[in-house]
Amino acid sequence: MENNAFCVALSLLLNLDASLFQIVALSLQVSLMAVLIAAVLGFPLGAAVALWRFPGRGVMIVVLNALMGLPPVVAGLAVYLLLSRAGPLGEWGFLFTPGAMVIAQVVLVLPILAALSRQKVEELLGEYREQFMSLGMSRSRMMPTLLWDARFALLTVLLAGFGRASAEVGAVMMVGGNIDGVTRVMTTAIVLETGKGNLPLALGLGIVLLTLVMLINAGAYLVGELTRRRIG
Amino acid sequence: MTSFNVPLLASAALLPPPTLRFDGVAFNQQGKALLGPCSFTLDGTGPTLVMGPNGAGKSLLLRLAHGLLSPTQGQVAWSRGGRPRQAMVFQQPVLLRRSALANLVHALAVNNVPRKTRTQIACEALEHFGLTSCTNTPARVLSGGEQQRLALARAWVLSPQVLFLDEPTSALDPAAIKGVEAAVRKFHQRGTRIVMTTHDLHQARRLAGDVLFLSGGKVCEHTPADVFFNRPVSREAQAFIAGELVG
Repeated sequence: MENNAFCVALSLLLNLDASLFQIVALSLQVSLMAVLIAAVLGFPLGAAVALWRFPGRGVMIVVLNALMGLPPVVAGLAVYLLLSRAGPLGEWGFLFTPGAMVIAQVVLVLPILAALSRQKVEELLGEYREQFMSLGMSRSRMMPTLLWDARFALLTVLLAGFGRASAEVGAVMMVGGNIDGVTRVMTTAIVLETGKGNLPLALGLGIVLLTLVMLINAGAYLVGELTRRRIG
Repeated sequence: MTSFNVPLLASAALLPPPTLRFDGVAFNQQGKALLGPCSFTLDGTGPTLVMGPNGAGKSLLLRLAHGLLSPTQGQVAWSRGGRPRQAMVFQQPVLLRRSALANLVHALAVNNVPRKTRTQIACEALEHFGLTSCTNTPARVLSGGEQQRLALARAWVLSPQVLFLDEPTSALDPAAIKGVEAAVRKFHQRGTRIVMTTHDLHQARRLAGDVLFLSGGKVCEHTPADVFFNRPVSREAQAFIAGELVG
């Protein structure tokens, strides 16, 4: 049976099965968009926490670090409450759309990007601080320089964020609803198909998910390694 | 002098370098007196070499003068009122993880030099310090000597009126030291006040106009170079020159 399921899974992949590829495409869209938004918000936030001293900074660092482990279903519940018809943002009509899934994943990924980039930027600042002061740079001027010079470390951070987003099932299930052709992504489809006993499709999706994550990580590792060697 | 294009203030070379005065400057950390109180005035043509045994407070003095640290007591004052344009070159050059050219362009951008002129000024400086072949090389894979010259080129594009150098050659081989010393002379010829620490007596003899000798966080003497090397006034400096260990 399992051997058979594996064969069917492979044939689905090799025949470029339409429903399978729709699911894969939506998954990528949602997770990439979420990581992009989280990076635009999270990297400057992390750098700001590294650069400025303000009351409550220690608490903020602890909270950011703790939120890295935020259970996806809790994030899903929070976003669900926000977006449901009776919730504060209910008028948007966002619940059970890919947009809601993006929001839920941003909530999950943002703390990872902010907390890890804070660490990386702070390390770099330790090295650059005197030179920056000597150049008469303000803290807000240091921020873009530090973010750019930490770019290879931040690429790895970005990957960690993408890993979290693409592998997550609880939050997107709750706010997306796993609607066929609309909000069905790889993880929710695997849950559903496994429940239905349709192991070939579940396995096929599992293989695609794993391969994608592998490929993206390998690519980033290579880019990072090559440039690190070149830039020093 | 050089025909090099001085970007920020064309008249920098025409004015005498600004005078630096320490008025009873002291620096304590966690109740421990690390420097001073010391008072002196740097108003000669220099270069001023700050000398003394390890732990005498040479680097600390430079950082206080440059404003990287604030004195616990006393004050650092400059002639002509305000703080002059200044730059510092560190023992370990701190270079950005970018090309040599981009390092200079960044320093110019930080100092609000118009975008259009940045690359040209940077390329001229690279040429001036013999780094043209490294223009697009990542700064951090350059050799130690090249890195230090790049740090000097970065200071050069900012046209500082005062240049601080903290043991800039202590990690370099003789050929690289020669390159760095030649670069320091270029700054001196341009009319920049040079304040440099070293514990290398030979280097001090080659470069010094006057010597500020520190020991145990105190200024023991501040004399013209020929006096310092031939007839040092303080006992500590006499011992230092004689090659003895100074406590």
